[in-house]
Amino acid sequence: MSTVTHAPAVPRSSAFKRFFTAREIPVAGALIALIVVTYIINPRFLSPQSTKDLMLNATIMVILAVAQALVIITRNVDLSVGAILGLAAFGTGTVFDMFPSIPLVLIFVIGMIFGGLLGSINGMLVTSAKVPALVITLGTLYIFRGVLSSWAGSKQYFSGDNPKAFGNLSVDTLVGIPIITIIAVVITVAVAMFMSSVRSGRDLYAIGSDPDAARLFGIPVGGRVLSAFIACGALTGLAGVLYASRYNSVGALTGSGIELDVVAAVVVGGVAIFGGSGTVAGAAIGAVLLSTITGALTATRVDKFWQQAIVGVLILAAIIIDRVVSLRRARKLRVNEAKNV
Amino acid sequence: MSKAITTNSRGQWSRRLIGHDAVIFYILISVVIISMVTVNYFASTLTVGFLLIQVLPILLIAMPMALVIVSGEIDLSVASTAGLTSATMGVLWRDSGLDIGTVMALSLLVGVLCGAFNGFLITTLGLPSLAVTIGTLALYRGLALVVIGDQKVASFPKELNAFVLSKIGNTGIPVMMIFALIVIVFFAVLLHFTPFGRGLYALGYSPQAATFVGVRVGHAKFWMFVATGIVSSMVGIFLTLRLASAGPDNGTGLELSVIAAVLLGGVSIFGGKGNIPGVVGGVLLIGTLTYALRLAKVPETALIIVTGGLLVLSVVSPSVIAWGKERIRLNRVHREVQGQSASGITRA
Amino acid sequence: MATAVETAPASQAARTPALSLRGASKTFGPVIALADGTIEILPGEIHALVGENGAGKSTLVKILAGVHSPDGGEFLIEGKPAHFRNVSESKAAGISVIYQEPTLFPDLTVAENIFIGRQPKGRAGLISRGEMRRRAAELFATLGVPIDPDRIADGLSIADQQIIEIAKAISLDANVLVMDEPTAALSGVEVERLFTVARALREKGAGILFISHRFEEVFGLSDRITVMRDGRYIQVHNTAEVTVPAIVKEMVGRELGELFPKQEAELGDVVLKVDDLNSVGTFSGIDFEIRAGEIVALSGLVGAGRTEVARAVFGIDPYDTGSVSIGGTALKARSPKAAIAAGIGFVPEDRRKQGLVLDLSVARNVTLTLRHSLVRWGIISGQRERAAAEDWSQRLQVKTGSQDLPVSTLSGGNQQKVVLAKWLATDPKLLIVDEPTRGIDVGTKAEVHRLLSDLAGRGIAILMISSELPEVLGMADRVLVMHEGRIAADLNRADATAELVMQAATGSTKELHLERTDEELSTELEAGE
Repeated sequence: MSTVTHAPAVPRSSAFKRFFTAREIPVAGALIALIVVTYIINPRFLSPQSTKDLMLNATIMVILAVAQALVIITRNVDLSVGAILGLAAFGTGTVFDMFPSIPLVLIFVIGMIFGGLLGSINGMLVTSAKVPALVITLGTLYIFRGVLSSWAGSKQYFSGDNPKAFGNLSVDTLVGIPIITIIAVVITVAVAMFMSSVRSGRDLYAIGSDPDAARLFGIPVGGRVLSAFIACGALTGLAGVLYASRYNSVGALTGSGIELDVVAAVVVGGVAIFGGSGTVAGAAIGAVLLSTITGALTATRVDKFWQQAIVGVLILAAIIIDRVVSLRRARKLRVNEAKNV
Repeated sequence: MSKAITTNSRGQWSRRLIGHDAVIFYILISVVIISMVTVNYFASTLTVGFLLIQVLPILLIAMPMALVIVSGEIDLSVASTAGLTSATMGVLWRDSGLDIGTVMALSLLVGVLCGAFNGFLITTLGLPSLAVTIGTLALYRGLALVVIGDQKVASFPKELNAFVLSKIGNTGIPVMMIFALIVIVFFAVLLHFTPFGRGLYALGYSPQAATFVGVRVGHAKFWMFVATGIVSSMVGIFLTLRLASAGPDNGTGLELSVIAAVLLGGVSIFGGKGNIPGVVGGVLLIGTLTYALRLAKVPETALIIVTGGLLVLSVVSPSVIAWGKERIRLNRVHREVQGQSASGITRA
Repeated sequence: MATAVETAPASQAARTPALSLRGASKTFGPVIALADGTIEILPGEIHALVGENGAGKSTLVKILAGVHSPDGGEFLIEGKPAHFRNVSESKAAGISVIYQEPTLFPDLTVAENIFIGRQPKGRAGLISRGEMRRRAAELFATLGVPIDPDRIADGLSIADQQIIEIAKAISLDANVLVMDEPTAALSGVEVERLFTVARALREKGAGILFISHRFEEVFGLSDRITVMRDGRYIQVHNTAEVTVPAIVKEMVGRELGELFPKQEAELGDVVLKVDDLNSVGTFSGIDFEIRAGEIVALSGLVGAGRTEVARAVFGIDPYDTGSVSIGGTALKARSPKAAIAAGIGFVPEDRRKQGLVLDLSVARNVTLTLRHSLVRWGIISGQRERAAAEDWSQRLQVKTGSQDLPVSTLSGGNQQKVVLAKWLATDPKLLIVDEPTRGIDVGTKAEVHRLLSDLAGRGIAILMISSELPEVLGMADRVLVMHEGRIAADLNRADATAELVMQAATGSTKELHLERTDEELSTELEAGE
């Protein structure tokens, strides 16, 4: 322990060190390595058309991962996102069917409000019933999926049914980047800014880090968690609208089973499954990594059946690395303290 | 404080009769009776056979899953383990030339390994089971694809296929139910009547309290995951023979149905609470409801909504009841306080 | 109900209290946590609140903080009625609280922990991390502690966590600062710095409520003292006009002898032998023996390593080198199962999380330690289980309506009896008790003490960890005092005095310098920097 005689020498961790201990660095490194290795084996992997496809494939997943990260950081989870995505996508087809000349901006607004409403159902159940979000959203996953199935029946909307300008969002590019990808990047940056530099964003971290302490500290836990679910729903709704633009058809099965992929992307991106740490940027990179693997496997002619197994290995690697790092940090602290005594 | 003495109000039996499991069984019985009266063809021995063979996979996996959740963990990889088992069984049968008994035994080993791998990551490395089993959910399903690709193997011995679908005499009850009953009794005894089971409850409520009474936490959890792996493998084999087809996607999505049934059966997701009869009730309720609605030609989609609705209702209702009780208590306290101030005990 | 606050000591009567709580009550289910919470804090005074564990101090603090809303009573802030529905409202009213247990967010940085919810804003209304870091560093400079504002809070020592809590409270610039045992984990130097800060805040006109078990601190720092007992307000005094024995008598409400019915016991053979036990960063060179019939107290500050040693002995935590033996046989490390088999019982400090499975019935809790011996053909015999549970609950006079009620419905004292019952049922040779009377009413407390004394009389060796000096001095045959992971003193019952124990515990060879004036302290501090 310190004595009165020496001035407090505040140990400061350098910006350099902080950068390299950030949780998203290993994921970003893996992504770059994957791209470089694949490119060396097959240079066509980065041809303009192929690059565009990679970006298009990652877009929806990135938005979903960013949305999910908001909820997971608060020590919750939303498993119903696959169904919300499906509902929003099918809803988009329906709206275009009824009002073919509706302005594009309006369709996005409708999708987000729709998703937000569904998210608010999750949020209200989670905050009022004090039951883990895993269970509640497992239930609403069934309910929303059931609603979509009875609404859609065997009906499907095809991209040809939508206005041309809407489909073009996934075709046209700006400086080589598809419009919908730009939307995803803008969303990621905006949410990342919110989470790192706005007080209510930081509250979400505090809640995930220790909900009881947050309550004791006077953070409105219920309200914040509810907002996180609404935001997650709204962004997922937006992803649903983009899905309708990107893919050929939407129907009763759209987005089914995607929820675990999304959670996987978030975890791979360095967000702790029990909240409190990780960033939305990491989650977005995790999503890009997972969706790029498919393309990379095709380009390197690896059996496509390996893809899912590799995803599994990545998830496990992400949580194991995280655990080992924190164990080593704890041990180092313990030994350091022993030295100081 | 002598106050605690007066708080006992109801006996053990009356508490049991209004408990969560009891309510599940009341609903189950009502559903059966209403279905028999209103749904054509429901009241027949065929019903029993179809219904039971349908719910068998969920019923089987729900047993070890109940123990895992009681001990405060979760296993999402069960359906993928079943899928990997099915794929392994198909490839072994097609390529190895071994007899079917050996093939089935080796396939069961897949479950042991899958469960042990989950258990190792969760207990030795101390990782959260939710995250680990999301990972192995993808990994095991992925390995199933690697093992068998997108092919199907269907040439299993016909007698075996017929055996898993056979009924006991003319009761309509599938022979496989005898096997299921053994599994149910095994896990019920393990949870309710052995030192190990007592330890699991303590573990689920508070791992620290369990450690202090000598429960070997890691050891107990590890074997729970192995047990879940084995039963999942059994289900994988059963599905393969029932469908007479081994493929990578056998059992897909089963994990969520199992967990829904277990929670509906009154097992607390927080751990430490729940029992096997309740879980059996939960599984049968979902199974019966699904089957009755299907017979009544209610669209498949409505069934999913009912399952989800039941799940949400079963977890939300205790909170709603607790909230109501608290309101009543607060009102009472309020009245007492007001009564006191009215009787003149006020302060200057 | 007790008498109302009669006359506040005359010198302060004229000022409007910064905060005044009268006759506040709070119940949780069957437990009355607070029957008459009454306190008055004037601006510019340091007001001490004393009382035994379970006297209702923490509940009172939580009412002031807006965590609990009182069931009844009157609450005034600067003369106006206040009804806090949550913590934010209490904070907005200028009340800032340092809790007994630090409540930091482990994943956030130290700076962010201090400023969460009110981070300084820079350009475009976004949080300015540079500014936040600078202000945190400033606070730490004032407190004279070297803590990196950028490190995450996870892994900080309890003392450092407490200092961050203090920095947080100071940065709020509150009218009323409540400190619930802030010094429990701090060493002498840190305590002095905290007091300098407290006095400076008093000069600025803030009212400070200070809760502590250490009388030197209470008398060295406070202007007035309020005494509580069994959830009730007892009396308020001017510190200058009252003595320690008078306060103790009010706190305990009976003679000390009644509370610590220590019998002389014949000491037998060595039961527990701990030989040079080391665990890097936690404790080192732990060497002691306990004989049959002996009560040995392990004393020291929170965080000194007392509980950690006990946990290592029982096999909960690992240790790096050294050995533990029971009756001459070495004990397998890291296995509570082996420890139980060898005849050790452990009554842990956190009854609700470690000692009991609250949702299980009384019977199941009592027989949890016996579960292997109740088995017939691999299956637990319901008959034997019931018989054992009833037998032991009766022997310890556990008051419960039924053996089948969840143990959570019992009062704290009866819960503790259930914990004791489940260990005594195993017929232990050594019983480790960690804070055996924390949060228990005075009556049951004496009962627990009598029981421990009886057990020792019957030849059980007892290792008792306690933060309550009277308990340590009243019950123990021998006192081991720990300081920063080492045994700093080994005192016999005859030699052990409060002063000696405190000195060893704080690692100071001289008296605490509480009698020095603020000016002296601050000049010393300045000279040091």
